[in-house]
Amino acid sequence: MDKIARIDMGAAGGPKVTVEEVGEYAGLGGRALTSLFIAKEVHPLAHPLGAENKLVFAPGMLSGTTGSMTGRLSVGCKSPLTGTIKESNAGGQAAQVLARIGYAAVILEGKPEGDDLYKIIINKDGIQIVVDNSLKLLDNYPLVEKLRGEYGDKVAYITIGTAGERKLLAASIACTDPELRPTRHCGRGGVGAVMGAKRVKAIILDDAGMKMRAPKDPDKYRDANRKFVEGLRKHPVTGEGLPAYGTNVLTNVLNEAGGYPTYNFKTGQFAGSANISGEAQAELEVKRGGSATHGCHRGCVIQCSGIYNDKDGHYLTKQPEYETVWSHGGHCGIDDLDTIARLDFMDDNIGVDTIEMGVTIGVAMDAGIIEFGDKAGAIRLMDEVGKGTPLGRVLGCGAAITGKVFGVERVPVVKDQALPAYDPRAVQGIGVTYATTTQGADHTAGYAIATNILKVGGDVDPLKTEGQIELSRNLQIATAAIDSTGMCLFIAFAIMDQPETFQALLDMLGSFYGIEMTGDDVVALGKKVLSAERDFNKRAGFTKEHDRLPRFFYNEPIAPHNQTFMMKDEELDEVFNW
Amino acid sequence: MKVIVKLFASFRTGRFVIEEREYPDGTTVGRVVEELGLSEQELGIMLVNSRHVKLDHQLADSDTLALFPLLGGG
Repeated sequence: MDKIARIDMGAAGGPKVTVEEVGEYAGLGGRALTSLFIAKEVHPLAHPLGAENKLVFAPGMLSGTTGSMTGRLSVGCKSPLTGTIKESNAGGQAAQVLARIGYAAVILEGKPEGDDLYKIIINKDGIQIVVDNSLKLLDNYPLVEKLRGEYGDKVAYITIGTAGERKLLAASIACTDPELRPTRHCGRGGVGAVMGAKRVKAIILDDAGMKMRAPKDPDKYRDANRKFVEGLRKHPVTGEGLPAYGTNVLTNVLNEAGGYPTYNFKTGQFAGSANISGEAQAELEVKRGGSATHGCHRGCVIQCSGIYNDKDGHYLTKQPEYETVWSHGGHCGIDDLDTIARLDFMDDNIGVDTIEMGVTIGVAMDAGIIEFGDKAGAIRLMDEVGKGTPLGRVLGCGAAITGKVFGVERVPVVKDQALPAYDPRAVQGIGVTYATTTQGADHTAGYAIATNILKVGGDVDPLKTEGQIELSRNLQIATAAIDSTGMCLFIAFAIMDQPETFQALLDMLGSFYGIEMTGDDVVALGKKVLSAERDFNKRAGFTKEHDRLPRFFYNEPIAPHNQTFMMKDEELDEVFNW
Repeated sequence: MKVIVKLFASFRTGRFVIEEREYPDGTTVGRVVEELGLSEQELGIMLVNSRHVKLDHQLADSDTLALFPLLGGG
């Protein structure tokens, strides 16, 4: 990972590749690299779909090594959904393969004229950019199927579906899993629309002839990785709960705790929750010959995903995540796993963020376009998105746009990005993160659920305001750092509880780069990333008044706790005051 | 007094999903946990009527107690 490739898609005479030394970004990866780069090189007032925006693909600091859990790929740009800086990351094979080929970052710049659609092939010999208009208006599954015919199965694919081509604001970028399914998405913020604006349909990554990245101190690295894996296997969350039930084990937890947003954030508990719980889902997956345990990339020891088959035992989709089961499920009053799985497949295929789409359909239900609980109606609306009808284009541009078009007041977004599956009135800590993160509403940016609800890594009362600012601040700093390493964020459950597992992670970073790495260094990295992101957003016109939740969270108490969001504005303004 | 006890994830194995159970007045959450053969180490989340409680919390008639092992997701 000692070089950076810039691909000027708008160069006269056709796309042009320039490869340069990694320079000032040496030793950085993932979110640190994408955010520092975008903050430096993209005009903050650039139109996100214009030639001035840049789309950065960056493997993490430890991606492409023998280290476990290191398969996250970060994608960065100015977001067309939020107008803020954006980093969206995904699992799958892409990060490992891109890192092994040797690129710290591949950057799409400029914008071609005309209607041609391009694919980019990256291998040990260099980078080739080819016009391929036969890929036009293919969705992700048939697209990857077609590309496999040409490039085979020993590569990784990064693709956009029709949503990205149409530049819809909920469009995602898909990465293939070890079985070449386009199921792992950089989902949030409309990054797929930026790729579509650059007219790039697919990136084919081939690491044939390349080796694993070599640590500076191989013995120490191997030893640290072994201790790290032991720690993940030992912790009940990463060693038992996630492999057995997947992330959807949270449905019952949040529902019991009264923090499960139901019927577009009207109440905190859903009567149909048991039918769509992680326990029910895992049982059904196994019964139908699928699997409740599956890793999204080679080297994953947590294996939180699974395979969801239809009633005839045929593959339907990967195991829908908790957020997806919620957005298409309880949020829309739908308690049927087969419907949710079908919608999950459609999201992956069309190439849209499952959170944004599910929340949008719930907002459309609130507008009376279809009724809450209408399973066939939800599928019909997704069909419209896939076909690119006028209604489909509105819906595919997310909850904020849909709410405006149909005159809905209760629109759960921050900076125009849809809220995930935790009500901030019942879990005050996550509300702080939603309001203040640089990314628009995002649970992963500072996962206060761990401490508020799950009692992992500490204990803060979810119904009180005390301690929430400091909690969200510390989590946001730690997350910005973890998102830079290439590590899956789920390692946090183990490293928050087990000092020796955190030390193993520090030793992996230290021995790989031949440096001393301390907890303070991790904090400094996280702060550096957040500061760059905040600075970009400020220059893009964002003020502290944007770091707030929609007013209904302050005005409408939610059952069963009958509470509102109680964090004061002045408190929210202290999150980044470190 | 009657208490509704709900179990989740691995706690269901060899036990039950939901039961209405009879306990003497003043029974603590810890006593129920002990009776069900759950070890404190396995325990993650304890909720009474949707609010987090500790092992020494005294249950009241008609309470709903939900017990989870340590879990995560997101």
